[in-house]
Amino acid sequence: MRNNASARAAFLFLFPALAAIGLFFALPVVAALVLSFMDFDIYALADWGNARFVGAKNYTDLLADPLFWKALRNTLYFLVVGGPLSIAVSLGTALLLQVRLVRWKGLFRTAYFAPVVTTLVAVAMVWRFVYHPRFGLLNYALSLVGLGPVDWLGDPDWAMPAIILLAVWKNFGYNMIIFIAGLQNIPQELYEAARIDGAGRWQQFTAITIPLLAPTTVFISIITMIGYLQLFAEPYVMTQGGPLDATLSLVLLMYEQGFRWWNMGYSAALAFILFGLILIPSLLQARLGKQARQP
Amino acid sequence: MKTLKAILLHALLICIGGMALTPLLWMVSASVMPDGQASTFPPSLIPREVTFSHYASLFTRLNLARYLFNSAFLSLAVTAVSLLVNSMAGYAFAKYRFRGRGPLFKLLLSSMVIPAQVTMLPLFLMLNKMGVINTYVGVIIPGMASVFGIFLIRQFAQSIPDSLIEAARIDGAGDFRIYRSLVLPLCKPILITLGIITFMGTWNDFLWPLIVMTDDAMYTLPVAIANLSLEHVQDVELMMAGSVITVAPVLILFAVVQKYYIGGLMAGGLKE
Repeated sequence: MRNNASARAAFLFLFPALAAIGLFFALPVVAALVLSFMDFDIYALADWGNARFVGAKNYTDLLADPLFWKALRNTLYFLVVGGPLSIAVSLGTALLLQVRLVRWKGLFRTAYFAPVVTTLVAVAMVWRFVYHPRFGLLNYALSLVGLGPVDWLGDPDWAMPAIILLAVWKNFGYNMIIFIAGLQNIPQELYEAARIDGAGRWQQFTAITIPLLAPTTVFISIITMIGYLQLFAEPYVMTQGGPLDATLSLVLLMYEQGFRWWNMGYSAALAFILFGLILIPSLLQARLGKQARQP
Repeated sequence: MKTLKAILLHALLICIGGMALTPLLWMVSASVMPDGQASTFPPSLIPREVTFSHYASLFTRLNLARYLFNSAFLSLAVTAVSLLVNSMAGYAFAKYRFRGRGPLFKLLLSSMVIPAQVTMLPLFLMLNKMGVINTYVGVIIPGMASVFGIFLIRQFAQSIPDSLIEAARIDGAGDFRIYRSLVLPLCKPILITLGIITFMGTWNDFLWPLIVMTDDAMYTLPVAIANLSLEHVQDVELMMAGSVITVAPVLILFAVVQKYYIGGLMAGGLKE
């Protein structure tokens, strides 16, 4: 009796969440897979009867599309250069804030974290002017040390580095906080014992900090990879994917194909390729996470 | 030796702080500069004279009050709805025994690897058929429930002692009454953390409102700012004023509640 009533209550509590996730997440995922095998254009948008199955054509078209390869290369460039750079800055600042001599730690931590909570679109706008070739702060600062000027967003070679710099500035505080939490979990006695045994600073870092921080580093690397593969708003606001498609990302291409040109089947195929790419770090996490969780 | 080291260390920390804050400070400063001052060489950091005319024209000429309302309303609505939906589900997963609980929860967790972008095209088509494109409902729908939220609440609710719930049951409280009067108050810390994360996430979200809101009057602040920049790219001071209004609410909220926010982040990051 009690069991039945309790199962019914559980069902009622779960129902809204499961219905929302089933209807507006699971169903669209399946529909997207179907869509990726269809020719679904603006006529189909008006009347779904105009859509037709085309097999794997969207996928083969994508693989033959130089723009797709360009977007993939750009996204990987952003990931491979920006990811490690941002993790290095996060770890560096986290280590600095752990030094015992440092005062006003909370104040520094808050200042470094402030960019994380800002609205990406708004700060991308700010950075667009910071990068201005003639009036921008960055070129002015560079000119003071005899460098530049660089046409940051107008030069195909510099546009992606400029976007990486913005992303690192915007994101490093987030991973820094997680690194700090990881560092605080390392028992202080280990360092004391190492000091007594005559280990120097560097030895302590390589023998204690790095191995014991490994689970945190794995976690951070993976969430950073997943996030960086979804690059969109920065190029949308700052460069619209230009110059010469130098900052066109996979999600930006997906958005333009799907919602500007209404090539929805093509765009859905692109979404699934993105999903496949994101699956790689996620599977890595499942595997590495399991090992790392037992220190 | 030690003092020298401390001085160098703090100089470095202040430098990094300068780099983190300069763009934000310049944004505020440029937003009150007279017309054209932000586009001079060498770049000016301090306004020649302070003017609020750009803020005034944003609100009079450019409908900014409407965007501000849209953003605030949508962020509050998504936060309220999702807290309710997620807390019920999280509680059920934590404290009820039913067949299939473990596998169902695992299935939900594994769905987190699917990026939202995959769902966007069919979701747009569905909402279009439902007639809720360009409405608040269209933005709220995909935010109603989140696996991450359910997960956070479940972890927290598991720490509520079973004896407490049993005692309430013996006193004659029904299932819903227990949830509302016992579980929710006990879950307050995690609800606050999750609420802040959800509010900020919705406020800052760009891609989905950009897709759903097709009519100028329905734009959220980020969509409106991105759109304004197409016409007003030369109007640096005006754009900066718009950016300040977009960023200020979340920055102020963060300053007020940072203990919960950073605390939640540290706890969440460790548990993953």
